[in-house]
Amino acid sequence: MPELMKTPLNAAHRALNAKMVDFGGWDMPVQYPAGIIAEHEAVRTKAGLFDVSHMGEIRVQGPGALALVEHLTPNAVSKLAIGQVHYTAFLYENGTFVDDLLVYREGEQEFLLVVNAGNSDKDFAWVQKHAPAYDCTVVNESPITGQIALQGPLSVQILQPLTKTPLDPIGYYFFTHGEVAGVKCLISRTGYTGEDGFEIYCAAGDAGRIWNAVMEAGKPQGLMPAGLGCRNTLRLECKMALYGHEIDDGIHALEAGLGWIVKLDKGEFIGREALLAAKSAPAPRKLVGFKTLEKRDIARDHMPVVQDGKPIGLVTSAAPSPTCGINLGLAYVPTELAKTGGRIQIEIRGRAVDAEIIPTPFYKRQK
Amino acid sequence: MFPADLKYTKDHEWLKPAGDGTALVGITHYAQDALGDVVFVDLPEAGASFAQGEEFGTVESVKTVSELSMPSAGEVLDVNATLADHPEVVNEDPYGKGWMVKIKLTGDLAGLLDAKAYEALVSAESH
Repeated sequence: MPELMKTPLNAAHRALNAKMVDFGGWDMPVQYPAGIIAEHEAVRTKAGLFDVSHMGEIRVQGPGALALVEHLTPNAVSKLAIGQVHYTAFLYENGTFVDDLLVYREGEQEFLLVVNAGNSDKDFAWVQKHAPAYDCTVVNESPITGQIALQGPLSVQILQPLTKTPLDPIGYYFFTHGEVAGVKCLISRTGYTGEDGFEIYCAAGDAGRIWNAVMEAGKPQGLMPAGLGCRNTLRLECKMALYGHEIDDGIHALEAGLGWIVKLDKGEFIGREALLAAKSAPAPRKLVGFKTLEKRDIARDHMPVVQDGKPIGLVTSAAPSPTCGINLGLAYVPTELAKTGGRIQIEIRGRAVDAEIIPTPFYKRQK
Repeated sequence: MFPADLKYTKDHEWLKPAGDGTALVGITHYAQDALGDVVFVDLPEAGASFAQGEEFGTVESVKTVSELSMPSAGEVLDVNATLADHPEVVNEDPYGKGWMVKIKLTGDLAGLLDAKAYEALVSAESH
């Protein structure tokens, strides 16, 4: 097995006695000694600090940059103001997912694309493949970039003393450049937890300084280091998609409930024809949220949805929810069954158990 | 981490003979640590009998699930009722308050590991 890749904060995680796992080839903390539930609750009620330096960053720059990113993604890039971010995807011609990503508009002709760690190489190759027709440069900045996510209701109050940049005026899904703990960085009001918070991008070598400064400033207020374990339960409660689960190269954007990132009227983009066709015919399956009815019935990722013993769908992500206190999950089911209040059955270790379709997101923060 | 008075399985259960033909069964410190926060323990009814190695329940954590296999043939005399409302006790005290079932031994303890052998196994698994 090849050696695992390490983020610039690897030693910090080990010093905190994190439990490290192989996450798509990266040596990452799944949890710290406090455990997933305590970390999850810290993010919901106070704050948590995540190392997400494994994420990929691709910078596209030049007179043709806007046209290239418009071609590669279904959301309306031209609508982005400088300093604004949006969620979008790379799609294949058939409308299924290469990956999902964030697009940051750094300038009129400059974009930062933030992609999943496990897809980073594939995504970079995908962008490079389409780039020659456009007058722009494409640079993979993943190896030189650190990323730290501070998430939770106390994020502003923890981070503000460490930066001269006024944080309150930064709107949700906007960003600015500034300094944190004396280190130059991009401060983005985004996240993958459903809470208020910031994703901070910096030079890889500076990540440790930011991590340590934020940990020290936040500790007295209840900030905890938070691992990938709670990152998953947090995003699941908010029905945020995870590549390889809710979305992949076998699911198209409309089935995934991501029609809101698909702007069919914006002009040409890869996957548009397929999604236009899909829109005129009702999707045969739909992503729904469910809860199992018995405490002992805990569904897990990739378990089948069954009817009369036959598989009719698939659980994409499922777990006991620390915030909601129920066993919940997301699943693709035939569209005719995808009604709130409807019953489905999940096969758990050979046993078909009852589940109820419930509204999503399962959790929404009070603003 | 490896109490000397217990017998262990390769699947990370422990068995504690009481000396009167009964024994307590639970999962090891290593097992609870690997699982993380335990949220549910599914245990059999008293009176159920199991062969050595047979699955007798499951333990669910936030991130995963693990089957429990019986360290030695036995009949379940009692289950730990505390775990129904406080499954986290398995994390907090795996060798004490986190026991899972009390059994009447109906077979021998052949094939079980002593503390030293189990420690060696865990040490090999963690590297």
